[in-house]
Amino acid sequence: MKPSNFDYCRPDSVDEALSLLSEYGDDARIIAGGQSLMAMLNLRLAAADVLIDIGRLQELSECRQVGGYLEVGAAVTQAKLLNYPGLAEIQPLLAKALPNVGHFQTRNRGTVCGSIAHADPSSEIPLCLAALEGEVVLRSASGTRTLSAADFQTGMLATAIAPGEMITAARFPVAEQGAGYAFAEVARRRGDFAIVGLAAIARNGTLRLGAGGVAGKPAILEWQIEAGQLDDALNGFAWEMEGEDDIHATAKYRRQIVRQLGRKVLEEAKSCSS
Amino acid sequence: MLKLEKDTRHKVRFVLNGSPVSGWADARMLLSDFLRQELGETGTHVGCEHGVCGACTVRIEGRAVRSCLTLAVQAEGFDIQTVEGLAGDDGALNALQTAFRKHHALQCGYCTSGILMSLTDMFQRNPSPSRDEIEDVVGGHICRCTGYAGIMDAALEVAEAGAGK
Repeated sequence: MKPSNFDYCRPDSVDEALSLLSEYGDDARIIAGGQSLMAMLNLRLAAADVLIDIGRLQELSECRQVGGYLEVGAAVTQAKLLNYPGLAEIQPLLAKALPNVGHFQTRNRGTVCGSIAHADPSSEIPLCLAALEGEVVLRSASGTRTLSAADFQTGMLATAIAPGEMITAARFPVAEQGAGYAFAEVARRRGDFAIVGLAAIARNGTLRLGAGGVAGKPAILEWQIEAGQLDDALNGFAWEMEGEDDIHATAKYRRQIVRQLGRKVLEEAKSCSS
Repeated sequence: MLKLEKDTRHKVRFVLNGSPVSGWADARMLLSDFLRQELGETGTHVGCEHGVCGACTVRIEGRAVRSCLTLAVQAEGFDIQTVEGLAGDDGALNALQTAFRKHHALQCGYCTSGILMSLTDMFQRNPSPSRDEIEDVVGGHICRCTGYAGIMDAALEVAEAGAGK
């Protein structure tokens, strides 16, 4: 199908984009890569009166390391981050998860921050951001605020972005010395949406497991290695997320993935740690 | 700042397969429709129109992307390549197209132009990709005829020759 009618604006700066946002309010949508939004517009699952295209803004096109974070601008594509020099050392979880994001062709255009803004429950990038305890930088005409991943994503396709605000960057903590990272997911075919995605971090005797695709937003299990039975913790975690049956998988199957693949991915993270 | 109003047609210019082209588009017109309906370049096919099937894949600034998830006005000023730009000036098939023909990598041909554009992007960045890397790229396309075996054989032959430029 074709999208419904809209005005198209291509501002030359973030400030211009923000003044457009405050002018048009809820009638406007930000577009960068459009790999989620264009599909929804085409299917008429979403409509916008005004599209504000930030995809060409140079000031949002950089990845840089600032104060313990890898900061990814809102116009940086998933492919650009995946090919960022040294990514496997800077943040191995991203290097392991990004090849699972969409397809080669959609990663070429889709942005890292767009995926975070879309907040699909099965999406890999919001899962990594939550597992790593990253941050989202939001700007509006009246100022800037930074939210933790946990505060940013409020539920399925729902975020704390306020009217007049846009994401300008996402901040992923860089890898800690000696920490191990692993990622795995189950999808019907390569490039499909994950039925369940799992991100694991092992550091200082603590295991941290993030799960996407079960609850409405990424869920996190923290567990001390010395605390005993991991299987019990995983089983409790699998039930607590209260996943539901849908056309992709049953709730029971999702719990089973969390238990089985969860253990595997945690063990992989542990073996990568020192 | 560029501002284009709805219900008005706007001039869009870009470079298509090495030559400057222009046409008229509503703000909401998809690049896939612009290529086919405005420019008459019907080698780019339209399947699902939500980024899943891969039939509409073209190269924008060298990168294989879905033209159904890109607006025509977003392509303004860019360098775009479609399947029409693959063969030589004399119409001779390039190495990848020749391999597709040899290995029966197409039957109905609906998905073919998109797959060729994706593989062309991959081979330009990496002339000798592994089977796994090729599968990752081909995984972004739906082919209902071949079962993909011929497509993989063709791509692997080009990868082995390291001549997929």
